[in-house]
Amino acid sequence: MYRIVKKEALKPTVILYEIEAPMVAKKAQPGQFIILRVDENGERIPITIHDYDREKGTVTIIVQTVGATTEKLSHKQQGECLHDFVGPLGRPTETEGKKKVCVVGGGVGCAIAYPVLKKFHDCGAEVHAVVGFKNKDVVILEDKFKAVSSVLKVCTDDGSYGQKGLVTEALKELLDAGNVYDEIFAIGPMIMMKFVSKTTEPYGIPTTVSMSPIMIDGTGMCGGCRLTVGGETKFACVDGPDFDGHQVDWDLAVKRNQMYHDFEVHKHEEVCNLYKQEVK
Amino acid sequence: MANFNMRTEKNPMPSQDPNVRNSNFLEVALGYTEEQALDEAQRCLHCKNHPCVSGCPVNVKIPEFIGKIVAKDYEGAYQVIHETSSLPAVCGRVCPQESQCEMHCVRGKKGDPVGIGRLERFVADWHNAHSTEAAAKPASNGHKVAIVGSGPAGLTCAGDLAKKGYEVTVFEALHLAGGVLVYGIPEFRLPKAIVQKEVDGLKAMGVKVETNTVVGRTITIDELMEENGFEAVFIGSGAGLPMFMHIPGENLKGVYSANEFLTRINLMKAYREDSDTPIMDLKGKKVAVVGGGNVAMDAARCSKRLGAEVWVVYRRGMEELPARHEEVEHAIEEGIIFKTLNNPVQINGDEQDCVKSMTCVEMELGEPDASGRRRPIEKKGSEFELPVDAVIMSLGTSPNPLIKSTTKGLEVNKKGGIIVNEDGLTSREGVYAGGDAVTGAATVILAMGAGKLGAKSIDEYLSNK
Repeated sequence: MYRIVKKEALKPTVILYEIEAPMVAKKAQPGQFIILRVDENGERIPITIHDYDREKGTVTIIVQTVGATTEKLSHKQQGECLHDFVGPLGRPTETEGKKKVCVVGGGVGCAIAYPVLKKFHDCGAEVHAVVGFKNKDVVILEDKFKAVSSVLKVCTDDGSYGQKGLVTEALKELLDAGNVYDEIFAIGPMIMMKFVSKTTEPYGIPTTVSMSPIMIDGTGMCGGCRLTVGGETKFACVDGPDFDGHQVDWDLAVKRNQMYHDFEVHKHEEVCNLYKQEVK
Repeated sequence: MANFNMRTEKNPMPSQDPNVRNSNFLEVALGYTEEQALDEAQRCLHCKNHPCVSGCPVNVKIPEFIGKIVAKDYEGAYQVIHETSSLPAVCGRVCPQESQCEMHCVRGKKGDPVGIGRLERFVADWHNAHSTEAAAKPASNGHKVAIVGSGPAGLTCAGDLAKKGYEVTVFEALHLAGGVLVYGIPEFRLPKAIVQKEVDGLKAMGVKVETNTVVGRTITIDELMEENGFEAVFIGSGAGLPMFMHIPGENLKGVYSANEFLTRINLMKAYREDSDTPIMDLKGKKVAVVGGGNVAMDAARCSKRLGAEVWVVYRRGMEELPARHEEVEHAIEEGIIFKTLNNPVQINGDEQDCVKSMTCVEMELGEPDASGRRRPIEKKGSEFELPVDAVIMSLGTSPNPLIKSTTKGLEVNKKGGIIVNEDGLTSREGVYAGGDAVTGAATVILAMGAGKLGAKSIDEYLSNK
């Protein structure tokens, strides 16, 4: 069993969990993910690793409460255990040998963008960061980002904090100001990664995206996580999760991720009813 | 033993009615009663050469265990099987007996062969229901062996080594042990309680099972040997990534690999109300399963149980279906429609990118190809559209690259299968492999045979070290 050694609500629906998993902590690298199951009948869900402490033997994840499984997870308290926690899965992000990069994070995706950004920084790259949120109330990790990036642009959709507008607009400003990046790394909702890729394409800057498709085993057995990349079928769990954003068939990827939308809504309601709370 | 039963037909297997079972996940074949088992056992002539034994990949002493049945010594019969097979209750259910032991039975020359598989199942089920004796934990010989994967190859290898006193740890990537026996083969063909019982039996013998451990990611083979004191490793990591046809529309919503579809149903129990794992609602829908192997039959029969109308689309003919005969018969009885000599060329989607139909082309059989089977050839201009809501691709698998890419000096063949010698030894000293990871997708019993060989070779290697 995998004990929750620390639980901290960064925002009401954005929760940090530090999980005791020494074997995973020993091997985790930025860009990799884990799969967890909350309880015995639980679904296996992939979550990208936010941080790890090899000495303490813990792995930290930041999860937004959006569906049945994340709702169940949010009702687990510090000291309680998760039924399953396996990883690290996927290939680590390639961070070596870059001089200047820009990391773009969207929403809770920023939790995953952070370790990648930090690794770029630790590898000696100059790092710019663009992070976007819905509004002021859900801005997370700003101080952490500030500490490892030379330029940080925080955007909110409604302008209640930082710059008003989408991350793609802020990114375009940086590009038009003459910044030349070796690579742009985007992580967040699929739709955001799609438009970041579309934004950078005319500039010819290599753009890497971290994909999070539907997945079951995460080790290259089920084939559920397949994507069309450059006209070929790729498996996010073993070939990814990082892919060339200019090669991904975005429309199909977005639609495939909607496959179980209705089921998800229904299950989430069920779980909320169980805890006698309103569906958020 | 003089009273042989010379009836030419074997005792039929009592089964759930096809029209009842095709809407539940309970076991289809119900097993022989004691009377049926005794009657069937008496059909064995105990012939001198016992060709059946050589037809079995693990050489179960078939006439000997059947003799024990005749003597009503069912536990004795179980012990005879268990000498050479670690998983009798599993093999009695899923082995392709018609192309192994039963194919060689002399009774098969004039009539049906002896129902060896059915008798094996009877004995194993009798043991599971009546035996209270817990497996004893043998004294340790001090040697540590790691097994990668808890499928039939890994479990067999673990069992054989544990019996000899090795300290065995099995590493499993999923949250449950059993490999293909739990994620692949459906409940109605192999109840999961049986697999669990086998795993529990190994644990009672001292075998440690570490689930949630992906060898190649969580820990590597080199680390197991260099840092964790394992003197030998057996890789039984299974088949790997599902293959696709590379035709247009294969990534539309509603196209599954058989692995994904079956994993959702068997491992994650997506058909049950209390499962959090989703699966497409197939009630009243039309499903095409592409392929003709056992996995295709499993996917088709699961789809039927989820309420769909099901077609199996296969490019060769009924005669060439690679699935076990019994699976094909069961599928037909349950109302699955076989569209053989047809091959998909494209999957078509609606405006939401959901599957709405599959374009197929008719095939005819030409000259035999390298595999000895007649090569299917497209009939020009015979394209037609099959209206379906979901497509399940069941075309086999290609080996998982994870272990190869993280193990120094481990050689694989062109197809990605791990290369082993006649002892199951890989290109790395102390590292053995077997099962689908070596051969590509095959059967449970062949994987068990490879696990057995691995255990024998590891024992010889460590005894002489």
